[in-house]
Amino acid sequence: MEAHSSEVFVIGLTVFFLACIIGYYVVWSVTPALHSPLMGVTNAISSVIIVGAILAAGPFGHDTSKIFGIIGVVLASINIFGGFIVTYRMLSMFKKKPKKDKKD
Amino acid sequence: MSANMVAVLYLISALMFIFALRGLSHPESSRLGNIFGIVGMIIAIITTLMFKSVLSYVEIGAAIIIGGAIGTFIALRIEMTALPQLVAAFHSLVGIAAVFVAAAAFYDPESFGIGKIGLIGTSSLIEMSIGTFIGAITFSGSVLAFGKLQGTVSGKPIVFKFQHTINALILVLIIALIIIFVINQSPSIFWTIVIVSILLGFLVVIPIGGADMPVVVSMLNSYSGWAACGIGFTLSNNLLIITGALVGASGAILSYIMSKGMNRSIISVVLGGFGGEQALSAAGDNSDKIVKQGNAEDAAYIMKNADSVIIVPGYGMAVAQAQHALREMGDILKKEGINVRYAIHPVAGRMPGHMNVLLAEANVPYEEVLELDEINHDFPMTEVSFVIGANDVTNPAAKTDETSPIFGMPILDVEKSQTVLFVKRSMATGYSGVDNELFYRDNTTMLFGDAKKMCEDIVKSLA
Repeated sequence: MEAHSSEVFVIGLTVFFLACIIGYYVVWSVTPALHSPLMGVTNAISSVIIVGAILAAGPFGHDTSKIFGIIGVVLASINIFGGFIVTYRMLSMFKKKPKKDKKD
Repeated sequence: MSANMVAVLYLISALMFIFALRGLSHPESSRLGNIFGIVGMIIAIITTLMFKSVLSYVEIGAAIIIGGAIGTFIALRIEMTALPQLVAAFHSLVGIAAVFVAAAAFYDPESFGIGKIGLIGTSSLIEMSIGTFIGAITFSGSVLAFGKLQGTVSGKPIVFKFQHTINALILVLIIALIIIFVINQSPSIFWTIVIVSILLGFLVVIPIGGADMPVVVSMLNSYSGWAACGIGFTLSNNLLIITGALVGASGAILSYIMSKGMNRSIISVVLGGFGGEQALSAAGDNSDKIVKQGNAEDAAYIMKNADSVIIVPGYGMAVAQAQHALREMGDILKKEGINVRYAIHPVAGRMPGHMNVLLAEANVPYEEVLELDEINHDFPMTEVSFVIGANDVTNPAAKTDETSPIFGMPILDVEKSQTVLFVKRSMATGYSGVDNELFYRDNTTMLFGDAKKMCEDIVKSLA
């Protein structure tokens, strides 16, 4: 599998620029009140880098690379779980005005 | 699983991430958005686990469980006021994880289909070193930002001679190292790139002061995305490229919004040193002016007899953990039939949207919390502005005094309301080091004391 020709790079570049444009429009539509949860969620999804770490940790043997991969999986997992949970906590606090004044 | 199947599943995962961000356009849809994000991540991980080359399920499973347990524990325990440092800490993990993945690809290129040891393609090497470089900067920059936000490192900007020259030289050095690395593919050069980039990350964040942190945290957010992108190019993985670009764009836009909220260019924030020497000259000439002081009873009396109150929270509210007491005060006023609303400046707090989260935590309905441009024209019709823990974002000098370091910064026009109540610990200046002329105006009453204690006392007086 010789995947890294210049053709592959150009496809990657195409995907990259289109994704930047999607990101630009999607992020501008985020309401400023939710900018903190936005950071939480982007933090979690940027840890999709775990995909690379799993590939490195996957094969039997290959010692150095495998250790790096496993460390990568641990670090990315901290972020994935931490990021989504903290975002969930933030978002569950944003509540509508209650119809009746409830006491707590 | 066929390569096409993998590509399709990765595409679904990427779409889920886009929907996750899209959901944040409204609080109602945001929770669903978060679930999309989780589903996207699960699809990505399971798809990768199905690869033929992935065999070590036990080790990978254990690593996910260990990391997941740590992440869950931290995320459940963290106080909402400590969010900015948590986010900084998480960014550092993305950065260092990117370095480890790049290192793994370098030591075992065959697993990633990018060549053999010592015979990796040039473009892969370039992408790998860029990913490593950005990842390492994200790591050390975030660690330092974490320290500054947590208070373990002084939040003051640390400026020294030739700072920018040194940074520029280090950047040139890194580019040179990357070129050497591409030619000789030596592990020692790879690790030198890592170490020098880590050093650069520290140097980039060192001169940036505490209140510029919203910009820095957003910028590091952006970097963590670009690091993921770099790795995505290395591995020719579209999912990583798309997600990295989304995160990178998000962080970049947030940095732009934050620096615009301070009327400063991103470049001037990055160059740092704000609130240093120039601040001293601006302050200090108001010592003879008279400040009107009040106490909790006065404040309670004034607000009770008003029709409308706008509350302006700032970082001081977060430090004092005053949000719950503040909401209690707001509730009592609302019961009296007073129109109570909250005005949020874009750079209030230490990260984008920081105040919104704290008010939401205290059960303030989000409809009552308004952004600067939504509420600013209402101040002239408002009887009382209640400023709590904010300072520079209300300083009229930003509009009138061209010599002021904060001139041109958009501010909340609290001075246009009939009465301004200013909760503050002392007469100390804000982060910019600029004196606030609002303190000396006839319609301003200063309420000196701890923000939380003050709110509690006002609540007692109102009852």
